[in-house]
Amino acid sequence: MTTQVLSFYDRVEDALHNQSLQTALGRATTRFIANRTSAFDALTDADTLRDQARAVRAKALARLDELLVQLSDNVEARGGHVCWAEDGAAARRYILDLAQARGVKLIVKSKSMASEEIHLNDALESAGIEVAETDLGEYIIQLAGETPSHIIAPAIHKTREQIGALFEQHLGMPHTDDVATMTQAARKALRQRFLRAEMGISGVNFGIADQGAITLVTNEGNGRLTTTVPRIHVAVMGIERVVESLDDLSVLLQVLARSASGQKLSVYTTMVSGPAREGEPDGPEEFHLILLDNGRSNILGSEYAEALMCIRSRACLHVCPVYQSIGGHAYGGVYSGPIGAVLTPLLEPDLPDVHKLPQASSLCGACQEACPVRIAIPDMLLRLRADSVAAGKADAIERIAMDGWRVTMNNPAFYRLSGRLASLGTRLIAQKGRIGWLPPPLNAWTNTRDFPAFAEKSFTTLWEEQQRDAQNGAKGDR
Amino acid sequence: MSAEPRPRRAALFVTCIVDQMYPQIGLAAAALLRSQGVDVHVPRGLTCCSQMAFNAGFRDEARAVAGRTIEVLRGQGDVVMPSGSCCAMIHHLYHELFHGTRHQDAAEELIGRTYELTEYLVDVLGVADVGARYNGRITYHDACHGLRFLGLQGQARTLLDHVDGAEVVALPGCDECCGFGGLFAVKQHAISEAMLDRKLTGVASANAELLVTGDASCMTQIAGGLSRAGSRTRARHIAEVLANMVDAR
Repeated sequence: MTTQVLSFYDRVEDALHNQSLQTALGRATTRFIANRTSAFDALTDADTLRDQARAVRAKALARLDELLVQLSDNVEARGGHVCWAEDGAAARRYILDLAQARGVKLIVKSKSMASEEIHLNDALESAGIEVAETDLGEYIIQLAGETPSHIIAPAIHKTREQIGALFEQHLGMPHTDDVATMTQAARKALRQRFLRAEMGISGVNFGIADQGAITLVTNEGNGRLTTTVPRIHVAVMGIERVVESLDDLSVLLQVLARSASGQKLSVYTTMVSGPAREGEPDGPEEFHLILLDNGRSNILGSEYAEALMCIRSRACLHVCPVYQSIGGHAYGGVYSGPIGAVLTPLLEPDLPDVHKLPQASSLCGACQEACPVRIAIPDMLLRLRADSVAAGKADAIERIAMDGWRVTMNNPAFYRLSGRLASLGTRLIAQKGRIGWLPPPLNAWTNTRDFPAFAEKSFTTLWEEQQRDAQNGAKGDR
Repeated sequence: MSAEPRPRRAALFVTCIVDQMYPQIGLAAAALLRSQGVDVHVPRGLTCCSQMAFNAGFRDEARAVAGRTIEVLRGQGDVVMPSGSCCAMIHHLYHELFHGTRHQDAAEELIGRTYELTEYLVDVLGVADVGARYNGRITYHDACHGLRFLGLQGQARTLLDHVDGAEVVALPGCDECCGFGGLFAVKQHAISEAMLDRKLTGVASANAELLVTGDASCMTQIAGGLSRAGSRTRARHIAEVLANMVDAR
């Protein structure tokens, strides 16, 4: 994938210079932020609801092992099958074996980040199975041969004009950028595939332990078709996405839709509890639940456990000024934005440049403020930076600078001397107190911003002079 | 009725950036506190809160410097800082930095008596009008760390609203990051510049003489963009406005 061959820095530059990406990001993030804000403002006690949501997630993580066993037992009791997949390879193998054993030729998928995470489509397609994404956004990016740039709005980086061109090319329709017309065309094309597919693969928003059921929330109804029309339904669920009960689920659903899209509830909230039973007209013949670990139990036992509270609302993405600037692809992993900068280094530590993702934050805290379960994302970004330094990944020049900084700051006399030297040097090159050019690597500042000269006298010096003058004045008065 | 309240004594920790680059902000903060009857002193040998190293991931280095800062501030009473960001470093991150170390208790004790300047004026001293005067339009940028990690928002506005002669206008996107972020501004300069561009667009539409903020670091970023763009808007620290020292530099 091209996005992963480029360095992080190059991906950032590409994104910043991609005009249509910038337009799309500007439109979409502004709208999402406004919708989310008004949805929470309409609640009488949004803070309490978010506290409850956080408590539900904390409780689920604290009892994860128990709840997963309960979920698995209850799914099996309802006639479903459960696969405990330690990693992506195990999950892919199970699904591929199943598809081949049942002679599956076409699979329809509703949007699933977990299946993106394990690169499921590649594995199925290289075995000759056709995979059709049915979420409109996913469908668009599949037509474009790209990867999603956003947890929930995968085609957020595309303008409707670009999508019109894609549809013209792939669906043989006259060019239009009318959203309703394009949606109808996609719907018609997708409906044929739902009817033909032998297997449907979905993600899971939440697994409900005491019900042996899973929940899917969608706005397009494709989740419902994916899980009911084909003969076989496979649901891929990250192990952290379990809740204890329907009561707990109701708390999370209230914050999820509001945070994600500003809706009170998503258009479709689907509960799937196994295959169709005797006498039931609808539903698949087989239901398989994949419980995907893929590094999550390691995170659970670490100082990053809180990251597993994430309910994939995307609220942190929209409010993040870095995400607003570069979009999702530049992050290089499946999960983007602030939570992606935490999750990707933990889940995919071998991606090139992945240790740089936690650097892609000004630590402004907007993510934590917007997170429906208040995940302390900035604190975790800081820990990841510390891990990266401890692992020897810091640049040599930065390491030397930090050594120098420590020595200077721990020795007030040396600190004052250094300050005086900096003052001399910067005042020498400054014009009217402003510096317009500094040598590399400091030109990273001065290329677009002026820098002030250091003061002629430091505050410490001026303060001492003031104190001395005041004392002398007091003596003189006596 | 109680007698005349005892004058409060406060240690002023101006931060390294103010000490070296903007001493007027420190002098303004001292003058401001004194004008409210606070007995201001500056402990000898203060240097840095160590945020830069901590944020870069150099925790051992940060701990060494911050540990010394804790020692210098030991027994100094209230500590007041003209920086939401450095104050948040102490309030929010010293817990983690010193957890399980010999400075753990001293760090917690310091956190309990450390205040950001506007917080100290409004919430501790109960002041709204410091007797400042400025003839012109002012707009205010909420620096992120004070806003989100210290919960400061109304304090600065209360103080600015009482500046005689000033017209305070809202800054569009006032709570969005200016893109400074410490070393982020250099290490991720392309993103930092994009964020600054958005901030400058907001500042331009506020069309004020002064862009005021509570952190010298954000002020440096915004001022650097304003002066490069040849803007007529000047960036000033809130202490400079409140101490009538806008033109002191």
